Amino acid sequence: MDFQQPQSWLEAVQTKAAHPDAAPIQGGTDVMVELNFDHRRPDVLLDLTGVAELAEWSEDGDQVRIGAGVTYTRLIQDLGGRLPGLALASRTVGSPQIRNRGTVGGNLGTGSPAGDCHPALLAAYAVVEVESVRGTREIPVDEFFTGVKRTALEPDELIKSVLVRPPAGPQQFSKIGTRNAMVIAVAAFGLALHPDRRSVGTGIGSAAPTPRRARAAEDALAGELSAAGLWDSRADIPDRLAERFADLVGQAADPIDDVRGTAAYRRHALRVMARRALGWAWTDYQRAA
Amino acid sequence: MRITCSVNGEPREVDDVWPGESLLFVLRERMGLPGSKNACEQGECGSCSIFLDGVLVCACLVAAGQAEGRDVRTVEGLAGPEPDDLHPVQRAFVETGAVQCGFCTPGLVVATVDLLARDPDPSDAEIREALAGNVCRCTGYESILDAVRLAAARGREATA
Repeated sequence: MDFQQPQSWLEAVQTKAAHPDAAPIQGGTDVMVELNFDHRRPDVLLDLTGVAELAEWSEDGDQVRIGAGVTYTRLIQDLGGRLPGLALASRTVGSPQIRNRGTVGGNLGTGSPAGDCHPALLAAYAVVEVESVRGTREIPVDEFFTGVKRTALEPDELIKSVLVRPPAGPQQFSKIGTRNAMVIAVAAFGLALHPDRRSVGTGIGSAAPTPRRARAAEDALAGELSAAGLWDSRADIPDRLAERFADLVGQAADPIDDVRGTAAYRRHALRVMARRALGWAWTDYQRAA
Repeated sequence: MRITCSVNGEPREVDDVWPGESLLFVLRERMGLPGSKNACEQGECGSCSIFLDGVLVCACLVAAGQAEGRDVRTVEGLAGPEPDDLHPVQRAFVETGAVQCGFCTPGLVVATVDLLARDPDPSDAEIREALAGNVCRCTGYESILDAVRLAAARGREATA
């Protein structure tokens, strides 16, 4: 196995172009598990920890550009206030050791349906910036996941950054597991209210072949909030609307039975999480008035 | 490949490293530092916790090549040269009986050193959160919490 350790982003994309089968590695929290257990033997390991600019985040107009090498720990420390949904999700990742190494970019690259960041990124309408020697592409995160651990990345492309807009409204994240730390989610749900756009963002985790949005639930809730004037009045959300939202979130899932839980449980858990997350978010919205 | 890095303050160099092996394997099998334990090999148990450039990580999840040129500190680097020269956290673990089989202890000691460096007066909830990535199957954790509280209290007295 060949070990490549580029020292700049340009060198990294050139290396990926020369070795399209190379396995990128950043914090190693997914890749090293596969190597340790002999589940994967890439010909080339492409270590991106030498690319300093990947570990930085910056303001870019009205968005935050998070380098693919920014760890969860940095994200929580530096961006917890600006990107609350993503920070909530990041706090549930693994343990201090894992959060010190794991990255949002790596989470996206692995593309697991259970990736903790994904529901929060989906709800926030985040965009994934990928690059190759051929150029740059901006991929909306809900088009990034194409199957179980499959993504829209071309073989010569690397994830450069994630673009997330600091929200105009509240964001929430909820995750079900057997304990607080070190769990792969049985099911997860991210919610963002976007009062500036009069829209709602959702993200479902661990309950479909890919992370996905519950678009019918988003549209139904946003439409009802507009129709009833609730965006402006900030009056309580009627129970039947919260129930309908929760049901539509449950229906948007396509879960399976596996060692972590049954499909029926996941769908039920999603309904509960959706309803709770909406309650928390709406309370936040009312208090922010 | 050849790996050159600093381990516990000493420059170290090892040859014939397979690039896909973990830093944990390098430490234990190539450098003769078996303090960091090898158990789950997937970052779940924390028994291989070390500092990489001062950051708490699981050595099993660091590719050997990623340690090139970096500063590594293992549990072996905590105590002084004399037999009684334990790190205050190690002493607290001994005194509170926070050790049974001992397999998780190096990782828990390293994680505790990391916690107290960040927060000299952690609440119980903060201790539990900080040690959530370190699994112990013997003690039931209560005496480990006692050890952390004791080390924290002594650390605060020492700086008061």
